[in-house]
Amino acid sequence: MGTTEAPPTTAMRQAHRGTVLQRVTPHLLPLFTFLAIVYLMIPIAVMIIFSFNDPVGKFNYEWHEFSLNGWLHPFDWPGLPESVATSLEVAVLSTIVATIMGTMIGLSLTRYKYRGRGALNGIIFLPMATPEIVLGASMLTLFVATALPPLDGNVPTLYPTGFTTILIAHILFNISFVVVTVKARLAGFDRNLEEAAMDLGANEISTFWRITFPLILPGVLAAALLAFSLSIDDFVITNFVSGTTNTFPIWIYGVIRNALPVQINVIGSMIFIGAVALVGLSSYRSGRAARIR
Amino acid sequence: MTAPAAQASARPGPGLRGRLGKALPYLLLAPGLFWLAVFYVLPAIQMFTYSISTGSVETGYTIDLSGHAYVTALTEFSKQFINSILYGGIATILTLIIGFPVAYTIAFRGGRYKNLILFLVIAPFFTSFLIRTISWKILLGDEGPIFGFLKHGLGVLPGTFSILGTPVAQVFGITYNFLPFMILPLYVALEKIDPRLIEAGGDLFASPAATFRRVTLPLALPGVFAGTLLTFIPAMGDYINAELLGNPSTRMIGNVIQNRLLVQNDYPVGSALSFILMAGILIAVAVYARLLGTEQLTG
Repeated sequence: MGTTEAPPTTAMRQAHRGTVLQRVTPHLLPLFTFLAIVYLMIPIAVMIIFSFNDPVGKFNYEWHEFSLNGWLHPFDWPGLPESVATSLEVAVLSTIVATIMGTMIGLSLTRYKYRGRGALNGIIFLPMATPEIVLGASMLTLFVATALPPLDGNVPTLYPTGFTTILIAHILFNISFVVVTVKARLAGFDRNLEEAAMDLGANEISTFWRITFPLILPGVLAAALLAFSLSIDDFVITNFVSGTTNTFPIWIYGVIRNALPVQINVIGSMIFIGAVALVGLSSYRSGRAARIR
Repeated sequence: MTAPAAQASARPGPGLRGRLGKALPYLLLAPGLFWLAVFYVLPAIQMFTYSISTGSVETGYTIDLSGHAYVTALTEFSKQFINSILYGGIATILTLIIGFPVAYTIAFRGGRYKNLILFLVIAPFFTSFLIRTISWKILLGDEGPIFGFLKHGLGVLPGTFSILGTPVAQVFGITYNFLPFMILPLYVALEKIDPRLIEAGGDLFASPAATFRRVTLPLALPGVFAGTLLTFIPAMGDYINAELLGNPSTRMIGNVIQNRLLVQNDYPVGSALSFILMAGILIAVAVYARLLGTEQLTG
């Protein structure tokens, strides 16, 4: 204890506090971000952890004991395998159709100049800006109307709703997302490469398939991946147009009133791990391609 | 640099290929636009028609301009409209408060972890919206892992404490589910900012706070605009969080639309409710764009 030392002055104390603050503040933002990421990850962790639960009753709400039962019998619940199959069918078909239609629109909008192009850009954006619930509700009214006067008998009926109407709806909401993704990719496209191919004697068709298409392919694949994940996860719109047909989310919504089977967590975990693996693989490959180039 | 259109029409020879070349941009549009016209525009027209109609599924519908469906929608369900605006609004503000520092950190301090953090932000999308909400129902349960422990393990909460089935849990769930929609556009806007502009603020003797307020924030406004819309619009129409985490008196307008159209087959009132929601959102977007005061926001 140095009694001879002068007591710390206010200035010194302030300087000291300054350094503490200076030492702490750079870490505040990363810490906050870390906590926010943890917040985002918590339900996923719960989903995976509770997929290993052996619940006491029909509801997988409280932890009881570890069990591999769910993972050994992932489809062991009435209606579950059918709903997963429907989800996959709808996702694959709607992704293919929407990716083709959306890529074509994207090409047209970025490569040609014509009247009304600006307006079209806005129109494409509309379905994305419409609340899902309004999109689903309005499609339902159209499908109902095909079975009621004055339309009934004059148009193919789309009511009662089912697989076809789910597919129609998923293609619709996917098109806009594909257009936006493909357009973003095309924005940085170097047209000189195509001109060089043409100068070297290639015609439009072979130029498209051998130059343009390989270059936009990553954008098209990214769009397809997005469309697939939107389709497989969609609940709100599907709920309006599914009738008695169940996709996986619709099946969950129906079953949770009477039970919360551990299989929900198992299938959810499978989809999650599959999606993460797919994205990880594609970013690994594109990263490697970039390094080679 | 010649315009692409000029090239497209100049290069192919005359005859069929020339005409095909000219029609090509429209041919490329045709299938997608056909789909949008039939399954986006027609449904909107049909929904509007039902909203000014009277009748039932058995008798068919006839147009009736008394507007009774709108009267019913606005008088009987004003509480649910208010709930939507209130809970959706609070959740949007919360996502902005949480999302801005996160987006800022990724954009300016992410370094080599940038892509990893962005990946973690979108990772929740790889699980179903329903499953995530069910997970919160497990977590927030009265005897769940959090409150069960606080009540019986630590004894810091009274045994009657409950958060599930309250507006707090519901807003918490909405905030969670739409947080990535806020972070991503904020990140895109912040990422575009040239860090030298922020340095220049410091060089010109502005305090970090002043630099943030006068340089960073104005440049981030397009992201704030996009993020709040991407969060608020779906949050307004949400009905899953209300159903799983709230209680009957916290139901939002989405719950009513769902009930009218899918349970009661009351197409006029269901359509009117949807139209009011859509119109309200369009007006709110227009006012909001005006308030932020820049036209380039939408561009």
